[in-house]
Amino acid sequence: MKQNAVKKHSRLYPCFTSALFTTLLLAAFFVSPSIAGVPMPEVPKAIKGESCVEDTAFMRRNHMEVLLHQRDKTMREGVRTKKHSLTGCLNCHAVKDVDGSFVTIKSEKHFCNSCHTYAAVKIDCFTCHTSVPQQTVGLRNQ
Amino acid sequence: MSKSEENTTDIQRRKVLVAGAAAAGVTLVPGVMMIEVAQAKPDAESASRSVRWGMLIDSNKCKSGCDDCVSACGKENGWAKDKTPMSQKPQWMRKVNLKHKATGKEASLPMMCQHCEKPPCVDVCPTGASFKRTDGIVLVDKHTCIGCRYCMMACPYKARSFVHEVIEDHDSYMPRGMGTVESCTMCVHRVDKGELPACVESCKEKAILFGDLNDPNSDIAKRLKEYPSRQIRADLRLNTGVSYEGI
Repeated sequence: MKQNAVKKHSRLYPCFTSALFTTLLLAAFFVSPSIAGVPMPEVPKAIKGESCVEDTAFMRRNHMEVLLHQRDKTMREGVRTKKHSLTGCLNCHAVKDVDGSFVTIKSEKHFCNSCHTYAAVKIDCFTCHTSVPQQTVGLRNQ
Repeated sequence: MSKSEENTTDIQRRKVLVAGAAAAGVTLVPGVMMIEVAQAKPDAESASRSVRWGMLIDSNKCKSGCDDCVSACGKENGWAKDKTPMSQKPQWMRKVNLKHKATGKEASLPMMCQHCEKPPCVDVCPTGASFKRTDGIVLVDKHTCIGCRYCMMACPYKARSFVHEVIEDHDSYMPRGMGTVESCTMCVHRVDKGELPACVESCKEKAILFGDLNDPNSDIAKRLKEYPSRQIRADLRLNTGVSYEGI
């Protein structure tokens, strides 16, 4: 019984350490972005609008939950409200390249990449979804 | 946009749609038109349980050699621009030519997902990705699709395709990606806005009628009541949402 407990502990320990480390890093980033010596992600400013659809601090922590909820609502039930849609995110959080075109997810400059590369969290939204704002939509607008 | 503004645009767009449909519609018998105006669903509302979307295809009007509906589908939903070799290229819709062996009578018709009431693709899906929306539209939730292709095997209509290669040129309203199965969505993104599916809109012969099968006053329900029509492989008792006339 005691052996088991030790084993369990040793298995959990590195996980806990890394979680603690990440939390500390994030805390340092969100609480005092000016902390010296720690490289910070450069988050590009949204191209339009003064504020996000939700509080910035809330979005930083919960954007994935918001998107997941909207995703299921839209896909399964056909609810098509714009407020929490991925298209909505991309329309504001678009980054232009030096040549004036919008950067795709392949670019380091992409809004999502600016944090996700830093946090080493892989996103696969854009294997199916577009990663740039869309001007023309479909057959009906041609 | 405020709510009242949103409503105004909606009404205006509806008016334009109604006017367009009235001008383009072909009157068959009084009160029955081959073009129907679908009702726009408010964005915040779920798909209705009381509606069942369906199509009625008149193969007498459908011309052999014409593939306007197929190309419109490919353009609208983006599968036509895939660079995958033809043998593996997704195809949501195709034209089928039939010939009666004894009489030699030929017929041409478009074939796609039949939006069954009891879809075999939904039965076999191990992840629940293949599902039927409450308004009868059968869809693939690509978020949960693992690309096993059981549904493709189960479909008696060969309606589903697998995306073999990476897609880069996405449309925001029709997400598609490698490793998932896809098929006709009855242009759900258009239907939810009160527009007609791309194939219906593109048909010059007005051979495809789209509407609510559950509404006895809809043109499609009236026409189904008045004229004989067939479901393909009706023996399987899947009660398809798509019916055909003239075969």
